[in-house]
Amino acid sequence: MTMPESSTKLLLSPYRVLDLTDERGLLCGKILGDLGADVLQVEPPGGSSARRVGPFYGDDPAPGKSLYWWSYSGNKRGITLDIGQTDGRVLLERLASEVDFLIESFDPGYLDSIGLGYSRLLELNPRLVMVSITAFGQDGPYAGYPASDITGMALGGFMHLTGDPDRAPLRPSFPHFYLHGSAAAATGAMLAHTHRALTGEGQHVDVSCQQAVARTLAHAPQIWDIEGAVLQRMGVYRQTSGENRVRINWPCADGYVNYMLQGGGVAPSTRALFQWMEEDGFDVTELQAFEWETMGYGRITPNVMDTVVGPMADFFLRHTREELTRESVSRRILLFPVATPSDLRQHPQLEARGYFTPVEHPELGTTVDYPGAFIKGGDGSVLAALRRRAPLVGEHNLEVYGDELGLPAEEIESLRRAGVI
Amino acid sequence: MTTTRPLDGVNVLDFCWVAVGPMTTKYLGEHGATVVRVESAKRPGTLRSAAPFPGGVAGINRSAYFASYNANKMGITVDMRHPRARDLMLRLAGWAHIVTENFTPGTMESWGLGFKELSTVNPALVMFSASMMGRGGPMERQPGFGPVLSSLVGLTNITGWPDRTPVNPYGAYTDFIVPRFAVAAILAALDHSRRTGEGRHLDLSQLETSMHFLAPFLLDYTANGREQQRQGNRDPGSAPHGVYPCSGEDRWLALACQTQEQWRALLEVAEPEGGPLHSDPFVTLLERKANEDELDRLVSDWTSRHEQRSLMHQLQEAGVPAGMVNDPRDLFEDPQLQHREHFEWLDHPEIGPYATDRSEFTLSLTPGFLDMPAPLLGQHNEHFLREVVGLTDDEYQSLESDGVLE
Repeated sequence: MTMPESSTKLLLSPYRVLDLTDERGLLCGKILGDLGADVLQVEPPGGSSARRVGPFYGDDPAPGKSLYWWSYSGNKRGITLDIGQTDGRVLLERLASEVDFLIESFDPGYLDSIGLGYSRLLELNPRLVMVSITAFGQDGPYAGYPASDITGMALGGFMHLTGDPDRAPLRPSFPHFYLHGSAAAATGAMLAHTHRALTGEGQHVDVSCQQAVARTLAHAPQIWDIEGAVLQRMGVYRQTSGENRVRINWPCADGYVNYMLQGGGVAPSTRALFQWMEEDGFDVTELQAFEWETMGYGRITPNVMDTVVGPMADFFLRHTREELTRESVSRRILLFPVATPSDLRQHPQLEARGYFTPVEHPELGTTVDYPGAFIKGGDGSVLAALRRRAPLVGEHNLEVYGDELGLPAEEIESLRRAGVI
Repeated sequence: MTTTRPLDGVNVLDFCWVAVGPMTTKYLGEHGATVVRVESAKRPGTLRSAAPFPGGVAGINRSAYFASYNANKMGITVDMRHPRARDLMLRLAGWAHIVTENFTPGTMESWGLGFKELSTVNPALVMFSASMMGRGGPMERQPGFGPVLSSLVGLTNITGWPDRTPVNPYGAYTDFIVPRFAVAAILAALDHSRRTGEGRHLDLSQLETSMHFLAPFLLDYTANGREQQRQGNRDPGSAPHGVYPCSGEDRWLALACQTQEQWRALLEVAEPEGGPLHSDPFVTLLERKANEDELDRLVSDWTSRHEQRSLMHQLQEAGVPAGMVNDPRDLFEDPQLQHREHFEWLDHPEIGPYATDRSEFTLSLTPGFLDMPAPLLGQHNEHFLREVVGLTDDEYQSLESDGVLE
């Protein structure tokens, strides 16, 4: 196969990826694509199920307008292929024998059942790095279980620790379960690649999203292992030690802000906040009288906390997110907005670094600003980039099957009529 | 062990601290790299003083939090403000293939150890710099820490109940998102360096990387002008969808009916003889969404009469996605995590045996492994500098007596 001309300067530009994943695994190939690899996204002839994941451009749930698809299939070229048919499997074997990576997120055992398991692919291409992304891994007692985002976030241990203590455990209102596994899959793929580059040996990378979530829990597992204590979720508070807790999140006039009340090294920030409250007409005598300087992390008692919370909450409610953030910078108060997408779109640091990347969607006659490269050169140079929008269904079939794989036009037409592509 | 690992022979000079950096370099050490952490004895990193400690007794070498994130690494203690520290570090930059750091931008440069200086010594060097908001720009030096980043990145705003103040996702959440992107980029740069002989300096903004974990919601704003809101545990395309109470103290089961088939399967388990869930307002997805408060109440009535683990298994066998809310203790007893050998136990000289998590993937041919507990402060000064790097007795003695080594 010949290589397309784009992306020659990026870190992974010599490499090619065959991406068979659906919404459960798209991010892995996206990361490799951002770093410069040529990623061929394979979809079933009707289009990937990920195209049905909202939200949608213009709220139109058409296959070309899923913002989920746009987000995680950017930088990929798109081909269709029905691997349920014999002709499709033959084509997949041809493609797999010429790529460096193959990523898939089918249920464990599916590829084996159609004769395309790792042992078969390894025969065709001993250098192949195959990456499998599943909820629980390829085997084990839960391997065959159906999973969704919320059940995975629960089994990964995240939810127990997030949310208000008097209500059910929570997850973010955006699915992260498979994203954790898919991002980790990029790390696993690159480790296997590093071995392959030296030895020529490919291998199989088996990713568990449950484990990926369980690796986000900081020291909670160690606190059980070493102290025998089970950490609890604390809502807008954070447990700092024993009974002690500090409040982090506060409503303000038009949204929410983050101020983690602390003493010790952070005492000047806390005193500066009280000073501002005093200028605003609050009586802060009692608040300033506490010896904040001696109250390091974990030393603020519930009694102190409860005294301070009321006036602080009233103060924040009088001001907007923008007022609080701007004034905090000049007063050296460690307060931050609970940002919304519009805050991010206007964020001065993101603006200065040119983070948002305009991407043209000519078929819709529009240009949309995307989150940009996740890594840059230390001198501002480009090491990763968003170079093309996500593909339309079968957009690159002719390019890939014809120009690169060398199938004659009449064979491509036969495959199309048979519903293989 | 003599097993081959992908990063055998790769040397990492690691200035990372707190969580995001150490998790990044733990992947490298687990997969064969020789990682040496440069620490300060006068100002040890925050994680060394973070709970838990065995017997509840704090100590600079007793944090199991630190020990978990720094397994498979050696440790040396250097006074970076000492006039001779720079020369030593330049020498180590010649030994290293990868240098990692996550200080406030400008710190390495202030020691004369910016990428320019390091790559003069070692043109093939890969240097990885992570910071809260990236290098350059008006806010490059803004202080902050993990819980703040969850808010800045927009994740806090979409975590919580619609009728209440949003809550931070647990812990320094973004610290654990970023390392997967980071290691992929570091290894891509290492590959590039091996192919071309050219090193690279990687600049990772934790804010920018983490935003990829809500990219569709950002596009919903830039393309549609809409700001998505937190929805508790609900999902627009599924009902029931949530976390429901089970018998026992703070015991919960997550379940999701994403298809009509799954809903019928749930009914078979919940009400095999018929009952209120079988009634009119819950037949179609749209009806269940329209009456979701009542639906959730009835599902809760049912789940609260059952034990979470057995109900999970029953629903799973019927084809309904269900997952008990594992608390930290449950993770150690989870049969799937046990099968995957998620936790490894290492024996630490001051902590004793402690649990640390292995990578979330297995490599079929060259699996990683954790076999070395985290370093005591300065534990490998002599071993590393004399035996690994090859300093002479005199060189080593003079570093020690001059106070370059702390």
